[in-house]
Amino acid sequence: MPAPIRLRELIRTIRTARTQAEEREMIQKECAAIRSSFREEDNTYRCRNVAKLLYMHMLGYPAHFGQLECLKLIASQKFTDKRIGYLGAMLLLDERQDVHLLMTNCIKNDLNHSTQYVQGLALCTLGCMGSSEMCRDLAGEVEKLLKTSNSYLRKKAALCAVHVIRKVPELMEMFLPATKNLLSEKNHGVLHTSVVLLTEMCERSPDMLAHFRKHLLIILKNLIMSGYSPEHDVSGISDPFLQVRILRLLRILGKSDDDSSEAMNDILAQVATNTETSKNVGNAILYETVLTIMDIKSESGLRVLAINILGRFLLNNDKNIRYVALTSLLKTVQTDHNAVQRHRSTIVDCLKDLDVSIKRRAMELSFALVNGNNIRGMMKELLYFLDSCDPEFKADCASGVFLAAEKYAPSKRWHIDTIMRVLTTAGSYVRDDSVPNLIQLITNSVEMHAYTVQRLYKALLDDISQQPLVQVASWCIGEYGDLLVSGQCEEEEPIQVTEDEVLDVLEGLLVSNLSTPVTRGYALTAIMKLSTRFSSVNRIKKVVSIYGSSIDVELQQRAVEYNALFKKYDHMRANPNPNIAVITIHASNSTEADMTDFVFQAAVPKTFQLQLLSPSSNVVPALNQGTVTQVIRVLNPQKVSLIKLTYTLKGSAVQDLAEVNNFPPQSWQ
Amino acid sequence: MQFMLLFSRQGKLRLQKWYVPLSDKEKKKITRELVQTVLARKPKMCSFLEWRDLKIVYKRYASLYFCCAIEDQDNELITLEIIHRYVELLDKYFGSVCELDIIFNFEKAYFILDEFLLGGEAQETSKKNVLKAIEQADLLQEVRHLIKITVDKVF
Repeated sequence: MPAPIRLRELIRTIRTARTQAEEREMIQKECAAIRSSFREEDNTYRCRNVAKLLYMHMLGYPAHFGQLECLKLIASQKFTDKRIGYLGAMLLLDERQDVHLLMTNCIKNDLNHSTQYVQGLALCTLGCMGSSEMCRDLAGEVEKLLKTSNSYLRKKAALCAVHVIRKVPELMEMFLPATKNLLSEKNHGVLHTSVVLLTEMCERSPDMLAHFRKHLLIILKNLIMSGYSPEHDVSGISDPFLQVRILRLLRILGKSDDDSSEAMNDILAQVATNTETSKNVGNAILYETVLTIMDIKSESGLRVLAINILGRFLLNNDKNIRYVALTSLLKTVQTDHNAVQRHRSTIVDCLKDLDVSIKRRAMELSFALVNGNNIRGMMKELLYFLDSCDPEFKADCASGVFLAAEKYAPSKRWHIDTIMRVLTTAGSYVRDDSVPNLIQLITNSVEMHAYTVQRLYKALLDDISQQPLVQVASWCIGEYGDLLVSGQCEEEEPIQVTEDEVLDVLEGLLVSNLSTPVTRGYALTAIMKLSTRFSSVNRIKKVVSIYGSSIDVELQQRAVEYNALFKKYDHMRANPNPNIAVITIHASNSTEADMTDFVFQAAVPKTFQLQLLSPSSNVVPALNQGTVTQVIRVLNPQKVSLIKLTYTLKGSAVQDLAEVNNFPPQSWQ
Repeated sequence: MQFMLLFSRQGKLRLQKWYVPLSDKEKKKITRELVQTVLARKPKMCSFLEWRDLKIVYKRYASLYFCCAIEDQDNELITLEIIHRYVELLDKYFGSVCELDIIFNFEKAYFILDEFLLGGEAQETSKKNVLKAIEQADLLQEVRHLIKITVDKVF
């Protein structure tokens, strides 16, 4: 049997394959050869074969048949074998398979090997992928190595202990004695890994934390201030990795402890002011310092210093630095609002950044910073952002604008204008639930009705593709169409428009391909409402009757009911009894299941009468797919009445009671 | 750190180091998705992105992407330094390292990584010490059988 080909040879061969199929063929051939070599228990070439298998595994091919071979390699006395064996174990074995437990004994032996590089391999493997069972079995060995004077092994044992603790938290106690003089080491490797170990312990156990606190604080302070070490220098900064880990441990020590926090104030201030910021390393340390300052109970001066560092980060050319600054500011904007406000203009500038993540954070932060004082300026920037931002932002930005406008609008006119701006520029991205909210808002701004309906009408003339805009506009025209044709607008030049022109626009919506069924519903209802406001009732009657045979069930249903109103209640039209209100109830259901046996009832005091006409149906379809309408006539509707809804949802009967103090005046005036 | 992936601009995996236990299937899925996400990033974007509940730190060196997944409390900027340090180690070891070195000597790339990081954390912050350890270990490969070697405190 010829010797199996060498690893590099195989790699070279596989790379010559021109198609996926060719590669697969080569791999299969080689796997077959490797398999038979394994079957022959060939010790000499096992290492080479497993190495080749690992290469093929990286390409995505199955290699599980090599698992046991890795174990054999680990047990070998040749260092090359062990190296590849442990690598194979880390790549091919995982703790879900029982096979991995077979490693335990080998690792135990190797942890006690006379060669530190073998011990190192074992520690590395255990610390990378040791299962809880393995950790339980071998924790004692790791603990022993944690106490050795060999710093090469000590540093590895420390990180291995971290892994053991993560897997089996109860074992944490046993490592406590060994930690005693870890930090008095001079070796930076040991120092770094020890800080990681102590961090893990303190995070997990408040008792440990209390135990370590005082002692650690002093040691850590000294470490940070200790001299220059050329071997650990990165761009003129002494061991930034160690500094960052120490700062992180300080964070945990000071977190809910006033005394510790106070004790670390000056060292944090020192690091914050003395660290060189021209390279990423320096900024990494500053960043960690800021995180620590913000998390402990630091004094306000220090916090302001931290926020100012973040403010400076925002001006940095390096986009990574800007990114972490925005992320951190977002976390602190609630607690340190005033300090963050000072950097508002820089934050707003970040809205123009090219990076998507930076833009998103800048947007979130901007909304968090909006208040009564800066609303006008901020809104200008945010609306400009809304115009030009990527589609993925528009929905969130629009919602944010609506919220901010609602909270801080300096005037009703401004509010309406802002809403108009959003609807016209990002109208198709506005969330569905904004439509009823906006309608509510417009309803409440009584003095702006004429202005609003005029602006919305003009917007419709320009563009009917954005559904939320069209829906809000339809509703307004239906409600305030009389104001529109009478040219009563005070806020701006009133436009001249006739009833027929308005009806043209609404009918246009009904027939347009751009309109969704929901929009068509709005349009039809608006046309119907205008029958009490306009004089061209006949035209409206005609439109409504046409839709009585519409394919769209929802439209058909509405049209039929409206038709009924024309037929049965037309006599009311001439001399409407001001005391009789005809109210149409629309019930829709946003849950996932249909509501069946839906019954609407109203209880009223004896002083006035109620007439309930039969509802369109007693099934309310799920997910807002349709509505049930019911017309009720109420005499003297100012008094309190009780409404009861009963329906069946997902098999169980439900009953909802509500009190209506006033039927909204708009519904019957 | 939860894992580190090295891949080419065509999306071919050159190294994968996992510090969390996941099935082969899950690893493949994560790798596929993440590689796609990172390769879709434009050059002007920053080196960080959120992906699932992790923070991803990536940097391209010549034709190779170095991509790390870190946890919420980890420092992104120092992770960039970790990546850079690993690249420096590879560079020193191979002498002006290029992607082909990593392809043909992938096992050595792993050995170097395992001398630098353990369980996802840096075990040695001195470049010199990592390289010395690798050098010594490489020498051991020449020895036919491991005999009892007494090693004094090396560093």
